[in-house]
Amino acid sequence: MSQEQIDKAIAKDYAAGFTTDIESDTLPPGLNEETIRFISAKKNEPEWLLEWRLEAFRVWREMDVPEWAHVHYPEINFQDISYYSQPKSMEDRPQSLDEVDPELLATYEKLGIPLHEQEALAGVAVDVVFDSVSVATTFREKLAEAGVLFCSISEAVHAYPDLVRKYLGSVVPRKDNFYAALNSAVFSDGSFVYIPKGVRCPMELSTYFRINEANTGQFERTLIVADEGSHVSYLEGCTAPMRDENQLHAAVVELVAMDDAEIKYSTVQNWYPGDAEGKGGIYNFVTKRGLAHTNAKISWTQVETGSAVTWKYPSCILRGDNSVGEFYSVALTNNMQQADTGTKMIHLGKNTRSTIISKGISAGKSSNAYRGLVRVGPAAKGARNYTQCDSLLIGDKCAAHTFPYIESKNPTGIVEHEASTSKVSDDQLYLCQQRGLDPEKAVSMIVNGFCKEVFKELPMEFAVEAGKLLEVSLEGSVG
Amino acid sequence: MLSIKDLRAEVDGKTILKGLSLEINAGEVHAIMGPNGSGKSTLGHVLSGRPGYEITGGSVEFMGKDIFEMETEERAHLGLFLAFQYPVEIPGVSNMEFLKAAVDAVRESRDEEAFDTVGFMRKAREACTAVDLDQAFLKRGVNEGFSGGEKKRNELMQMILLEPKLCILDETDSGLDIDALQVVANGVNTMRAEDRAFLLVTHYQRLLDYIEPDFVHVLADGRIVKSGDKTLALELEEKGYGWLEDEVA
Repeated sequence: MSQEQIDKAIAKDYAAGFTTDIESDTLPPGLNEETIRFISAKKNEPEWLLEWRLEAFRVWREMDVPEWAHVHYPEINFQDISYYSQPKSMEDRPQSLDEVDPELLATYEKLGIPLHEQEALAGVAVDVVFDSVSVATTFREKLAEAGVLFCSISEAVHAYPDLVRKYLGSVVPRKDNFYAALNSAVFSDGSFVYIPKGVRCPMELSTYFRINEANTGQFERTLIVADEGSHVSYLEGCTAPMRDENQLHAAVVELVAMDDAEIKYSTVQNWYPGDAEGKGGIYNFVTKRGLAHTNAKISWTQVETGSAVTWKYPSCILRGDNSVGEFYSVALTNNMQQADTGTKMIHLGKNTRSTIISKGISAGKSSNAYRGLVRVGPAAKGARNYTQCDSLLIGDKCAAHTFPYIESKNPTGIVEHEASTSKVSDDQLYLCQQRGLDPEKAVSMIVNGFCKEVFKELPMEFAVEAGKLLEVSLEGSVG
Repeated sequence: MLSIKDLRAEVDGKTILKGLSLEINAGEVHAIMGPNGSGKSTLGHVLSGRPGYEITGGSVEFMGKDIFEMETEERAHLGLFLAFQYPVEIPGVSNMEFLKAAVDAVRESRDEEAFDTVGFMRKAREACTAVDLDQAFLKRGVNEGFSGGEKKRNELMQMILLEPKLCILDETDSGLDIDALQVVANGVNTMRAEDRAFLLVTHYQRLLDYIEPDFVHVLADGRIVKSGDKTLALELEEKGYGWLEDEVA
């Protein structure tokens, strides 16, 4: 197989690129205090939250757009974005799936998450976020039996105000960074999870986010609190329809793992990456961070195949002694996509441990950067980190970069970093083709093999999905 | 089954095959011998369709079809198999997964039903035993960390499972100790069948002590300069290639 064939197979169609024709209630573009008051009022929020948002907005106005990442895109005019959109039929929230607009449900069917079926299968509880309003939450009752709280963050503000007020912004403060501040000011919806002491969540929790309305930013906010000794596995999947314009997605995810608790957070991100020439696509600027108390464990697994530009570093603050942080990542860029992604492991407690396994795959003319920080604080006696960072190149027009930062302030800390860069070789493809596999299947198999260590961390049903997603995303990367 | 007429090919602008003709019928075993650089390996790769090998003349029909009209994988679907001289590694892809995908692809192209996983695993384990490889190799990455001999046996295992029509073995014997050589020979002999042909590309007569060829051809400077039965191989062993080159000249 030749370079020419490789080039041909990298061009692919975005399988989730349809739009749903639903009347929406969309705020005109622009951002000022009034916008924030509107959003807050729409959601009937308490005064403290409005103030919290306004303070974030004030902080944000003083901040500069971060420019240190290895990505390039035209300047974003934040006044050109609409900050609120909700499908009209959602004015009165549906009480059950039967009341949900059938077109909405059809959208989810196309994405392969038939809610009805899921209810029947009783496997995964899905809190679906469509643009800004959570449309249906399944399995809430079953979860309630276990004492697990799982709902949209807007609902949680009303139903569990103490919890929300206590933890919102406790891991990612409003002034943390430019996009976190923006999100804090205008966040529209998202998920809220609380697992009580000693409870093992009886099912995988899952949220599918989807940006539908053109020119709307999506700013979801997720907060997961696992109380002492509890355990939860959460998965988010993301897709967005095809648009010529670029859309902004600036989410914040905060995880709190109390003593002996464990949170596993998996992401399959397939936002629209733009076309082969780099037109359109999502700007995915996300802040994700978890705080681990004594003996707690936080594990991030991400499969990132979408978005035009990705800027994302799911991190762990290992505050408690013996706490554990993990980051398993597959980031695939194709065509003109750019990704600057990685993690931060902040070791504060004694004997804290972290593992980072990052697999970057670059195809087409894309650019893929791993950026990771491992910091061992002065009190983190016996801290250990292991980092493995592998890059795979497909074709000869793409780029892979690695930016590891290591700061150790305790002499007993052990930090290991391994990195490799390899290429899908013509000889590998030839072997596969000689055995009867077509080039696309061959590349997909080679890439899946490369990602194996990360995929095995995903919940089983999603590991299969992730493998398929890679296959779709790589379509046209050979041929 | 295979009909090569006046085949000419070049690699990196250098002409390697200069008018090679060869007929192979079902059921036959042909051995191609020749000095280094005579074009033996090139022939195998040209037939299987390796990128970078340019056909500059002649024709090749395989199973009644012009193979230069077909992609590499389509030739494989028709039953052309090449056991590589230097098999590459595919890290992270297990041998089992690779074998299943390959066999599925070939069966699908023939509108045959895919084997179920359990049934296939049984076949794969049998093939493993046939080439004297530990079954642990099925779980390891394709050729990942295999020794030279293990890689060759792995090639043979793939050949057994894919049940090809034409098996081209590209110097499969080189670098093998006598035990491994016997394993390879046994594998080939077991697979000999009425509807299957073999093309053994080899440097040494040694392999032919174990696999008895119907025809032996000598390739020199991109052409077949002499053909005969198995005694030709013995003669070569005795006199070396220089004898033939002199004779041709």
